[in-house]
Amino acid sequence: MTLLTHDDSVAPAGGGDASSLLEPTSGRRGDSAFKVVALVAGLVVLAILGLIAVSTTKEAWPAFKQEGLGFVTSSTWIPAEGKFGALAFIYGTVLSSLIALVLAVPVSLGIALYANEAAPRRLRKPVVYVMDLLAAIPSVVYGLWGIIVLAPAIQPVYKAISGAVEDIPVLGWFFNGESGRSYMTAGIILAIMITPIVTSLSREVIATVPSAQREAAYGMGATRWEMIRAAVLPWSRGGIVGSVMLGLGRAMGETIAVALVIGSQPQITTHLFEAGDSMAAVIVNQFGEASGIHRSALIGLGVVLFGVTIIVNVSARGIVGRFDRRSQGA
Amino acid sequence: MTDLISPDVERLLLDATTSRSRRIKNRLASVWMLGALLVAVVPLALVIGYVLFKGIGQISVAWFTEDLPTITRKAGGGMGPAIVGTLLITLGAAVMAIPLGILGAIYLHEYGGKGRTARLIRLMADVMTGVPSIVMGLFVYTVWTLTFGLNGFGGSLALGCLMLPIIIRTTEEMLRLVPDELRQASYALGNRKWRTIMTVVLPASFGGITSGVMIAIARAAGETAPLVFTIGAARNLNLNIFEGPMTALSVQIFGNAQTPFEAAQSRAWGAALTLVAIVFAMTILARVVSSRVARRHAA
Repeated sequence: MTLLTHDDSVAPAGGGDASSLLEPTSGRRGDSAFKVVALVAGLVVLAILGLIAVSTTKEAWPAFKQEGLGFVTSSTWIPAEGKFGALAFIYGTVLSSLIALVLAVPVSLGIALYANEAAPRRLRKPVVYVMDLLAAIPSVVYGLWGIIVLAPAIQPVYKAISGAVEDIPVLGWFFNGESGRSYMTAGIILAIMITPIVTSLSREVIATVPSAQREAAYGMGATRWEMIRAAVLPWSRGGIVGSVMLGLGRAMGETIAVALVIGSQPQITTHLFEAGDSMAAVIVNQFGEASGIHRSALIGLGVVLFGVTIIVNVSARGIVGRFDRRSQGA
Repeated sequence: MTDLISPDVERLLLDATTSRSRRIKNRLASVWMLGALLVAVVPLALVIGYVLFKGIGQISVAWFTEDLPTITRKAGGGMGPAIVGTLLITLGAAVMAIPLGILGAIYLHEYGGKGRTARLIRLMADVMTGVPSIVMGLFVYTVWTLTFGLNGFGGSLALGCLMLPIIIRTTEEMLRLVPDELRQASYALGNRKWRTIMTVVLPASFGGITSGVMIAIARAAGETAPLVFTIGAARNLNLNIFEGPMTALSVQIFGNAQTPFEAAQSRAWGAALTLVAIVFAMTILARVVSSRVARRHAA
């Protein structure tokens, strides 16, 4: 993953085209042909993104036309009656991703700071290694573990917690329910999955903090924590926010693991320990038996998901980009 | 990054010069940072442990050679078609995405630079890495599967779309590491720009590109969602990715995990072990390649 994207000042590479003075025109033609081929390969990215938007929207159009704005404002999803309101799924996607962020951000930030600032030198590489391995495990494997091991094991815990906080306002609203497959379980699995991403991105950002800043803080007699607060965090705040948002984008799009552990019951509730559903999960669960307008509504959910993740990603890149420019002192 | 002073000296200095509350705060922060690492390592160890212990019993010669069983709730049969499916579909994706990705990166770094087109492509490649894999699956369903039916190539297309931006961005990073002096030396010998790129720049960054490509392949091999809509379901071996349904390890894990049957769940663990082994092997290989290259550069 590359977060600190571009040092524009070094590109384009190559020392001009002085060599063209020496060769016959046939060589020059080879050169421009190669450039065109490379350009076309680059443009494929734009073509694919454009095609995604057009072709999925086209397939989803019948559902959009029938439901209108109700597609995203209604929560009645009854395929048999031809009613497709996706609000409960959107809610589920947002809620499970937020739980994931709340759990994953403190952990990721802690690891990133540990790996860059606190760990003994010989431990730093292994820490990065472990994060790489966490990131490499396919999401379906996390889902398998979640549905067979975690969900049954954590259900009594949910039950105990919701029993304990039942009468306490606020806490009782949230920590309620006793379903092993639930928003909370989905959030936990998502948190495990996005931790390596958020960690490695924020680690890259923290690594750009100039040593002079750290030394200055130490020179003033700061403890390590005071140095982190005074020198490291303010410098890398933008980049860290960006990495968290990229993690959010990943969590919202995650399908298989969530489909296995969220419980597949669309409902808008504040009770975190109850079953729910998400956009990506309902697509994969219902697509097989769907046809006609139902299928088009599921593709419509994909369009909404595509739009939302694009917005999240572009704004994350924007934040990171602004930070990036500043750190280059431009 | 800097260890300005050794930990022991640091502790002595802190004790001598720092107030109690500041020391406690510092200690708490250290506990948080180390604790965070432990919190992350626990699920990793649990997941890998379960996959290993529950999956290892499935692995046998028949596991690799036999077709999937007709009755999923009974034990028996193998995972052969899924293993072959995962490898073939991923290979198909790699064949499409690697040349396109490397060429795209060459455009970005060697030609486009900071021009408007290159900046747009760069931004869009970043955006494309963020497109959920399920959306790629739906996309390929609408442009390929609706017309040509369920087959392995649809899966390859979807995985290729997921790999492409990763390859572009990592390759570009690697091209940036090639010193300009190498290019200038090649020009001085009278080489054309395209020859310089093919015979000097690419070989010089070969290790880094390879490692980036392998990470992308490993990521794609584990994907499930894009395959569910595009490759269909098959129990028997199908070696032709252009014709007829196939199956893959990830799809088998997903399907079997949802059943309440012991035998099917065991099969899911076995498939998970096989898949994780493939993915880890590629990830570790990528690490080895890139660290060897780094060492050569340092020397």
